[in-house]
This record gives sequence, C-alpha cells and structure tokens, in this order.
Amino acid sequence: MADQVLIMGIGNVLWADEGFGVRCIEHLAAHWELPEGVTLLDGGTQGLYLLPFLEEADTLIVFDAVDYGLEPGTLKIVEDDEVPRFMGAKKMSLHQTGFQDVIATAQLMGYCPTRLLLIGCQPEELEDYGGGLRDSVKAQIAPAVRVALSHLAQMGHVAKPGRTQSDLLADPSIMHSAYEDGRPSEDDACRIGDARFFPAAE
Amino acid sequence: MVVQTPNGFNLDDTGQRIVVDPVTRIEGHMRCEVNVDDYGFIRNAVSTGTMWRGLEVILKGRDPRDAWAFTERICGVCTGTHALTSVRAVEDALGIEIPDNANSIRNIMQLNLQIHDHVVHFYHLHALDWVNPVNALRADPKATSELQQAVSPSHPMSSPGYFRDVQNRLKQFVESGQLGLFKNGYWDNPAYKLPPEADLMATTHYLEALDLQKEIVKVHTIFGGKNPHPNWLVGGVPCPINVHSTGAVGAINMERLNMVSSIIDKCIEFNKNVYLPDVIAIGGFYKNWLYGGGLSSQACLAYGDIPEDPNDFSPEQLHLPRGAIINGDLSTVHDVDVRDPEQIQEFVDHSWYEYGEPGKGLHPWDGVTEAKFELGPNLKGTRTNIKQIDEGAKYSWIKAPRWRGHAMEVGPLARYIVGYAKGHEDITEQVTGLLRTMDLPTEALFSTLGRTAARALESEYCGRLQKYFFDKLVTNIKNGDESTANVAKWDPSTWPKEAKGVGMTEAPRGALGHWVKVKDGRIENYQCVVPTTWNGSPRDSQGNIGAFEASLMNTKMERPEEPVEILRTLHSFDPCLACSTHVMSPDGDELTTVKVR
Repeated sequence: MADQVLIMGIGNVLWADEGFGVRCIEHLAAHWELPEGVTLLDGGTQGLYLLPFLEEADTLIVFDAVDYGLEPGTLKIVEDDEVPRFMGAKKMSLHQTGFQDVIATAQLMGYCPTRLLLIGCQPEELEDYGGGLRDSVKAQIAPAVRVALSHLAQMGHVAKPGRTQSDLLADPSIMHSAYEDGRPSEDDACRIGDARFFPAAE
Repeated sequence: MVVQTPNGFNLDDTGQRIVVDPVTRIEGHMRCEVNVDDYGFIRNAVSTGTMWRGLEVILKGRDPRDAWAFTERICGVCTGTHALTSVRAVEDALGIEIPDNANSIRNIMQLNLQIHDHVVHFYHLHALDWVNPVNALRADPKATSELQQAVSPSHPMSSPGYFRDVQNRLKQFVESGQLGLFKNGYWDNPAYKLPPEADLMATTHYLEALDLQKEIVKVHTIFGGKNPHPNWLVGGVPCPINVHSTGAVGAINMERLNMVSSIIDKCIEFNKNVYLPDVIAIGGFYKNWLYGGGLSSQACLAYGDIPEDPNDFSPEQLHLPRGAIINGDLSTVHDVDVRDPEQIQEFVDHSWYEYGEPGKGLHPWDGVTEAKFELGPNLKGTRTNIKQIDEGAKYSWIKAPRWRGHAMEVGPLARYIVGYAKGHEDITEQVTGLLRTMDLPTEALFSTLGRTAARALESEYCGRLQKYFFDKLVTNIKNGDESTANVAKWDPSTWPKEAKGVGMTEAPRGALGHWVKVKDGRIENYQCVVPTTWNGSPRDSQGNIGAFEASLMNTKMERPEEPVEILRTLHSFDPCLACSTHVMSPDGDELTTVKVR
C-alpha cells in the first residue's frame, strides 16, 4: 500500500484565530482535489480521540494556530522531531492533552506516523469567544495550504484544482462563512473576558 | 476567623494559604486555593473557574436546528453529550417526537460515551493520582503476573513476559527523556501507597485502555457518520437503516451492526476483567484514605437519563436514576422538575456576572449571562497577577446553581447515591457487592474513592445497558421498523412563533441541562447548566460552599507544598471547565505551579 497521508487541522473554531487549522482543511477540501491515499480531517480539540487516525497514517501534516511569539499571521513550518517541541506552546485539547502529548502517546504505543509536518500560524487574537479569524491569519490560509500541497507533491501526491469530498469536515452550520456571518452583534453577545488576561477591557 | 456555612462546614481562613493554578489533567482552566492548619489539614477551600464562557450569547439569532453543532465544539470530551442535550431541548421546545430506533441509537451512543469517558478518565487522567508509573520500573514482572492472576483470573494478558515487555517499553520511553505524559508527578510523595507490582499492572492497563478507547469511539463513527464531531439531528438520528439489500451508501447494515455488537462486547470484557478489578485492587491499598466526601453524604442531584421509550422522561422510565437528596436524608428522594422556576436557580453573588440585584437567583430559561469582573478588597496581588483571591467577593467565572437553595453534587457518585437511596435494583446490587468485596461500610461511599468506584460500577452497568438497547434496536429493525428520524416539523414554518424547551442528559461528569427559547424560528436565549457548574460552583449568597470546595475540607495533606491530595479529590469529579466557563491562559505552557504563601 502506498504511503497514507493524514492532513489534519486542529483547534477550536469558537475562539477566533484558534480556528485557523480547521479552516485550512475546509479551504483544501473546497479548492483542491486530493489524490487517493490522502485523508482530510477536522481534528477540533479532540486530543486522544485522534489516535486512531494517527495509527493509520505514515505521514502527518498538521495545520494549527501556534503561539511562537512572532508577528501575527507569520507562518512557521517545522518537521519531524522538531514538531512536538513547537506544539508544546499551548494546551486546549482533551483534558489538557496537548497535541504534543497525543504524539508522545502515539510514540509510546509504537504507531506514530514516521513523517511529521507542522504548518503553524501565529495568531493575532484568541480572546474573542464566538469570533472568527482576523484578517492577518485569514490571509495565511491559502499560503499555508500551498505549503502542504508542495510537500505532498514532493512525496508524489499531486493535487489538482477541484474539490475533495470528506466526511471528516465540520457541519455546514459552523463552516467558516456561516459561522462568522451568523455572529450575533456585540450588544447581544458580550465579548469581553477575564480581566486577568484582558487588562485592556477595564 | 472561623465561619460556619449553612451547609455545615467550618471555614477557617487562617493558616498557610496554598494556591494551585492551574489544576492540570482536566479540561479547561481552574484554580484552587486552600488554607492548611498547623497539622496539615485543609480548613478552607476556594475554587475558581478562571475562564469566561459565552456559549449562550454566541448562539443568539442562530437556527435552533444547528445549535448542537456549536455545543459540540465547546470542549474536547463531551461533544456528543452536549449535542444530544441540545437536540432534546429543541425537540422539547418544538414538540418533535423521535422514533423508537432513534431513542435506542441515541442511548447506545450516550452509553458508549459514558464508558469511553470513564475509562479514559480513570486510566489517563485520574490513575496517576494513585498509581506511580516511575515506581513501576522497579517491579518484578513475575510477581506482577501473579498479582494480575489473583485480582482478575479471567484476564488473558497476564504472563510475566508481557509485563516485562511493557516495563521495557516504559523504561525506554522514560530514558528517552519523554516522560511527557508522566511528568509533573510527585513521584516520591508518601501519599502514593502501591507496591511496584501494582503500579506496573495499572500502568500496563493504562496502555491497554489506550487501545480500547480507540475501538470504543467507532460506535460514534458508525451511528454519527463520523468521529470526531459525530452528526446529530433534531428529530432523530442522521443515519438511515437498511438491512435488507445493498441500500444507500452509508446506511446502517448488518455488517455495521455486527461491528457495534463486537465493540459492546469488548467494553463489557474490559470493565469486567480490567477496570473493576483495578479499582478494587488499587482501592484496597487506599482504604484508610476516605477523605473527599464533601457534599455527597448530604446533597446529591441527578436528572436521570437513558429513557426506555422515546419521548418519555418520567423517572420510572429512566435507566439512570433521577432524584434529589438533601440534608443527608437518604430515606427521601425528591423528584426533580427542571422546568419549575423554583427548583433550579443560578446565583451570581460570588461569580463574575451580574443580575442587577443582590441575592437574586434565576431559572435558566430566564438566565442572563452578563459579565462583571471585579475583585474583592481583600485580594492580594494585582488584577493581572492575583496572589490570593478574595472569596468574600466575586471570585469565579462559574455561576452558583442551586436546587431549592441547596448546593448539590452531581456526577457518577451522585447518580449512584440517588439510585441506591431509591432502591434501583442494578445499582443497589452493584454497590452492596462492592462494599462487601472490599469489606467497607456504606459511609465509605461518601469519599473521593467512592466517586472513583461509582464511575467504574457505572461503566460496567452502562456496558450491560448498551447491549440491552442494541438488542432492542435489532429486534425492532427485524420487525420491519427502519425509521430513524421524524422530519414532519423540520420546516420552521411548522413551528410556533414562540417556544421554549429543555433538554436533559446525564453527562459522564453529571447532570447536564440546556434551556432554549425560540422566537420567529431563531434562538432567542440559550443557557447551559453543566455538571462542572454544579460541582465547581463558588459560594452562594447564603454562604453555602460548592461540591469541589466541600470535598477538600478537612483533608490531611502529607506535604502541603505537593498538592497530591487536592488533585486526587478534584480529579475524582472529572472536572470539565471548558464548558462551565470559557478558556484563556496567559501562557498556556505553564503546568501545575503550586505557589505556597
């Protein structure tokens, strides 16, 4: 069997730029026809639930919003052994199982994909519950997807313009535009948060 | 100063103050502060949800048929339970009745999630409070094999070679510097009581449980079309059934049903051969550690779940019991009406919200989620760097829900105490059996360990119930009923102009309710009262402390600067802060930093 590739977006779409990874997967599915052997997955914040998908993959490509302390909207690409270290920056998944713990668990169980590629984007805003992507991050979806496609091509998986059907994407009601366009107004929906983390909200 | 709360706890905030922030191995973010006396006993406890959650407000104006998809994204664990609660609330509001097959399939999915969550909780989040994986490296594999055969003779994986292999794998993992999963433990703390062989056995099962949990979730893939984030449907379930011919792609056929059946059998086997024997074996070494009971001996609440027939939530129809116990009186189990504005009310006097009137409680249908962040005069530190919270003022993002004014514990232990008090046949038999096996009195139930044991018993019971509903589903299909959804009221033009409804479930961590108001086809108000809102609630206007706070009271700490005991008890609730509040962390890479002051 040819190499199986899993392309996964992780993050919580309800927290503004945290949704970056999931939106990249949506974009890929809507604009590219992927060859056999490549699976698209909206991983959400599912942590350990994602293990079965890792087990079936030889190569894992992950899109995620990662806080590297760079300019908002900067893409950073890391590979293989470097991946867990760069993913250690946050934990928002299953019971505080950060994705680096998911990788560590897969390694402990002996079924971690042999090749890892993390396409991370520096978020601008996470502290906006119910909000969508900021422009700086939204602008990086297409470039991030191109990075993934060129890596795929190097591995012999050539994508064509078109669409990919996948059962593993978000429900239409929380797809990018439905989610952002349907947002209630600020008057209806308070957008401020914990002042410990939002000193500007005073 | 010592203050007695109306619910019977003596709070003394003198003595050393210890801050645990954040509490790890939970979903979301939480902070806990305790005061410890000169002898190491906790005499005051303060639990703070440190995140703002605005799920209710982001649903305003959306299509009620989509609410499940949003609630499924609140957190990483109870996805399906929130979705189920949401579709039930909307169906209740719009008067939609679901078919029999949909009830069976929903029950199987809910029970499946219950087992999945309990297993993952015990092995991957909670076991490390009792089990020391580093100590497992010192175990003798042969003695471990003998121990395994003694505690669970029918478990096939028990040879010395098997345990030696696991030990080697573990050793390599630890030596590669990837302690990762097991880091931040207090591995030399005397609170850990297991011999190395028991540690190795339990750590081995940590790995077996990882393999099992991968299998368990496939039930959600089959019935929900996909996992993670299975699909749900107002009016039923989104999977067609077709067992007679080739049928539509994706329809449930006999092959898929057989797969579900084999997964159900695996759950039953694991509960019988691994999970329950482990809880009994590990619990046996901690029989003298019966702290952590908190509110469980006096105030427990369960909404009940797993209806025998569709659309009927009357208490005698529910396999997981409904009821409320107050004032420690187990001889009276009160029925619970989630629609009654006098029964469930949320208070915000100590929460960072405002209703405009002190001491006021609001029923969830009339709930208001308006943030008001302010800190009390006795705060130590600054707004952006809190050293010590002032629990005399507002101190949490969690509201304080009360049942007829009482702070309540919810969750597996509450369900089991309600069931036991009601004389629920299966539950009573399980509880008395366990107490007999472990040679413990009934009072031992009211403890951290009781909470952990109730979860294991419930996992076992849910396994049997899953099989029961599977058989019911197959029988119904064989009798010619393949209906899985009722779409008669799918179109909003068939809806009343204004409607309100409530959905209830028993989530793995306790009673969960969604209250929805629909107006002109859109969501007008949506309120979730989640289990961790009950358990993690701050004080109310009367000064009653919540379940987390109560459970920590009077616990002896071996080393106050190493909060093993605090984590052990808080973890026993399987807290899920992501849905009880909303998340923010200033620097997410921070792990348990215990600040002793």
